Amino acid sequence: MTEPTPAGQSGVVVRSTVFGRIVRNPLGLTAIVALVIIGAAAAFAQVLAPYDQNFSDITNTLAAPGGEYILGTDSGGRDVLSRLLYGGQLTLASALLCASVAILIGLPTGLIAGYYGGWFDSTASWFANMILSLPGIMVLLSVRAALGPSVWLAMIVFGILLSPGYFRLTRTVVQSVRNELYVDAARVSGLSDLRIIARHIMSVVRAPIIIQTSIVAGVAIAIQSGLDFLGLGDPAQATWGIMLSDGFRNVYLNPLLLVWPTLAIMLTIASLVLLGNAVRDALEDGQKITAKRRPAGEKKPSRSAALPAVEAGTEQHLLKVSHLAVGYPQADGSIKTVVDDVSFHIDRGEVLSIVGESGSGKSQTAFSILGLLPDTARIVGGSIQFDGTYTVAPGDDTVSAERLGALRGRRISYIPQEPMSNLDPAFTIGSQLVRPMTVVLGISKAEARARALELLAKVGIPNPQRTFDAYPHEVSGGMAQRVLIAGAISCEPDLVIADEPTTALDVTVQAEVLDLLRTMQRQLGVGVIIVTHNFGVVADLADRVVVMQSGRVVEEGEVLDILRHPKHPYTQTLLASMLEDKQPMTKLTVDAAAGGTA
Amino acid sequence: MNGTPILTATDVVVEYPGKGFRAKPFRALHGVSIAIEQGKTLGLVGESGSGKTTLGRAMLGLAPVTGGAITFDGQDITHASRRQRRALSRDIQVVFQDPYTSLNPALEVGEILAEPLAVQGVAPREAKARIRELLDRVGLPQDAVHRLPREFSGGQRQRVAIARALALSPRLIVCDEPVSALDLTTQARVLDLFLEIQQDTGVSYLFVSHDLDVVRHISHDVAVMYRGEIVEQGPAEHVTRTPDHPYTQRLLLASPVPDPVRQEERRANRLRLLAEQREQDAQAGAIVGAVVAAPDDGAEGISVGDRVR
Repeated sequence: MTEPTPAGQSGVVVRSTVFGRIVRNPLGLTAIVALVIIGAAAAFAQVLAPYDQNFSDITNTLAAPGGEYILGTDSGGRDVLSRLLYGGQLTLASALLCASVAILIGLPTGLIAGYYGGWFDSTASWFANMILSLPGIMVLLSVRAALGPSVWLAMIVFGILLSPGYFRLTRTVVQSVRNELYVDAARVSGLSDLRIIARHIMSVVRAPIIIQTSIVAGVAIAIQSGLDFLGLGDPAQATWGIMLSDGFRNVYLNPLLLVWPTLAIMLTIASLVLLGNAVRDALEDGQKITAKRRPAGEKKPSRSAALPAVEAGTEQHLLKVSHLAVGYPQADGSIKTVVDDVSFHIDRGEVLSIVGESGSGKSQTAFSILGLLPDTARIVGGSIQFDGTYTVAPGDDTVSAERLGALRGRRISYIPQEPMSNLDPAFTIGSQLVRPMTVVLGISKAEARARALELLAKVGIPNPQRTFDAYPHEVSGGMAQRVLIAGAISCEPDLVIADEPTTALDVTVQAEVLDLLRTMQRQLGVGVIIVTHNFGVVADLADRVVVMQSGRVVEEGEVLDILRHPKHPYTQTLLASMLEDKQPMTKLTVDAAAGGTA
Repeated sequence: MNGTPILTATDVVVEYPGKGFRAKPFRALHGVSIAIEQGKTLGLVGESGSGKTTLGRAMLGLAPVTGGAITFDGQDITHASRRQRRALSRDIQVVFQDPYTSLNPALEVGEILAEPLAVQGVAPREAKARIRELLDRVGLPQDAVHRLPREFSGGQRQRVAIARALALSPRLIVCDEPVSALDLTTQARVLDLFLEIQQDTGVSYLFVSHDLDVVRHISHDVAVMYRGEIVEQGPAEHVTRTPDHPYTQRLLLASPVPDPVRQEERRANRLRLLAEQREQDAQAGAIVGAVVAAPDDGAEGISVGDRVR
């Protein structure tokens, strides 16, 4: 209690552990309890079992359950309960052996192959593929024929057959983290490879291995029981498979003999699978929030009903957002508001810029205009009107897909931030430009094709035909953004919404794309909403600016006014953080040392 | 003005093996030479794919150096072994671009900070005290020790990364785009922190960034990289305000300024510069073209003069 805790960051950090989450999952808890009971019963078979597994009461074969033998006796007069317990011992131990062998072979080789790659990777992968191509049952039968009916031997061989699964899993996971920056940072710190693997890589591999093991153990039990059921096991030792075999042979005399081992096998395998699922769910960590259903009584506002007319005197605005609020329902029933009371408008041929930092709600606002909010999002309040009709009428809680469907692509189009991830790698650029035009404008393919080539030339692509035929990975980021701009203007929209259109681009390419956007905007006279965090981009393009902070509009005005004479302290802070025109090597913030809130 | 260089790179070549059998290796750096002075910052600016990050990684031993030499404090570290690297990690550290992937999501901040200390054999007790000091240094609360990286914002994570780099009091920190993933106001605070640390500890920085404004703000000297080569190098003020090389000139004028009137001017200047450079290129290209085009001119009956026209 000697250290003062800074305000706003005090308190105990509540963090649920993976184990905690598994236990809280009813299925996970059931599976664990079941496995513990089965495991304990098998482990303490010597204590729990009333008879030895091979003690046989010749005078009392195939006895019905009850009395001296709780679950009856089998065809050899042996106590079924005792054999079930002893059988569990062998069955579970053999499954454990199988999984251990598979892990012991697959995990280290996978780690080495994934981490170092090179010749070991190629060789090990070749072996893994070879083992995978072997018919498992055939191999097991041959081993049994050659080396005798040993459960252990069979399970070791089966473990080897299963090891490629672990090898591949480990290798893939390791490859995915091998080049993570934190592994690089550990290398720079001088950690040995062994330490890096133990500390940074194993933690990632652990969980998938546990999940895989729960499934492999189930498979091992099934295979082992299967072999014994076929009569290939060691008859001197009870296993669930041997009991199953005995039950099957006497199915007409005492069908119950079949039930007990089946139950045991089913329960164990089901618990293992459920445990695997629970571990996976716990690791995914995401609390699933289902959208709240409307109470049955509350009537859904009918979409077909005539829309209310927009407020008189505002019809001339191309787009008007009034008191818009967007929220996400939380697990506890509350709604987390990310956009709150946002109002602005844009007229034809105007460029409006929405500026803010991450988390300011600027993209959420843009997405509500486009109707691209995630399904869980709710319009909590306010309205959006486009060209004199509502797309979100007052009282609506979602964006009407029906109303926007008619506008999107035709009258409102979108330029995204990441050009590369917004082009489908499986189709040529040409087909991605042509398709929307044939659908939206209803023109023929040939016509659309000619138009697409024209557009590509217009957006400054030097060889339109080549780009038209190219796949997205064959062009640079700047080119891809030009293609998307061409796509955005292809259907002659009235409003283009550009979400950080130059953020992912190099600065020289950014300048070119800004030039292009400006030229296009002038030529076509479209309204443009440009969402950005860069005041340079704002100064370059915008007529008016809306500054957002934490979901609210803090300032709005003409671009020159806002950039030269910001009134709101937040806008002032933002502009003060710009490095252009600052004295180098000087403090940018008034109170930098007070950090912690960065 | 010329202090002793703490780190020098001479004609460094980095080549990545090509994909496939007997494929040509990819040459990321074509003989790059730089020097970083004690207590100073060398800004390294360039676009994506220019090789600026590769140069930083070469110094850290994370990129395959196939030619040239890197010396630290007079000692050749071009192909330092793991053992030498471990010793070097006391002197050379790194802050990466992405604060989201540069911290192991499974480790608590305390464990992350303890790692470099443990490698150097610092006793746990001393390490604890040092970690407390480091958190103070970068302006994080003390209870951060038991928190996971994901419980912090981007700026705070970058502070953790800076604290990790500072743990062993290095003499050089390679900063690979450490502020480009951050918001404007956060970037300002983190830059302040970098400056403050340099003033207090006299550490040198190799500051890699694509943003000329950031580099101008924090660097004493600036090197401009373009396609795996350094095209211009010199005092920050000169390189970032009145550059000589055409590429740097383009780079400078491409970065928009936050004032509509000045931006319009800059835009006009940029377009004028581009037109001028295109003309120069065309003239130079005509001469070069006349010389170069001749040997691989497959078409018959076309004279060199025709091609130029």
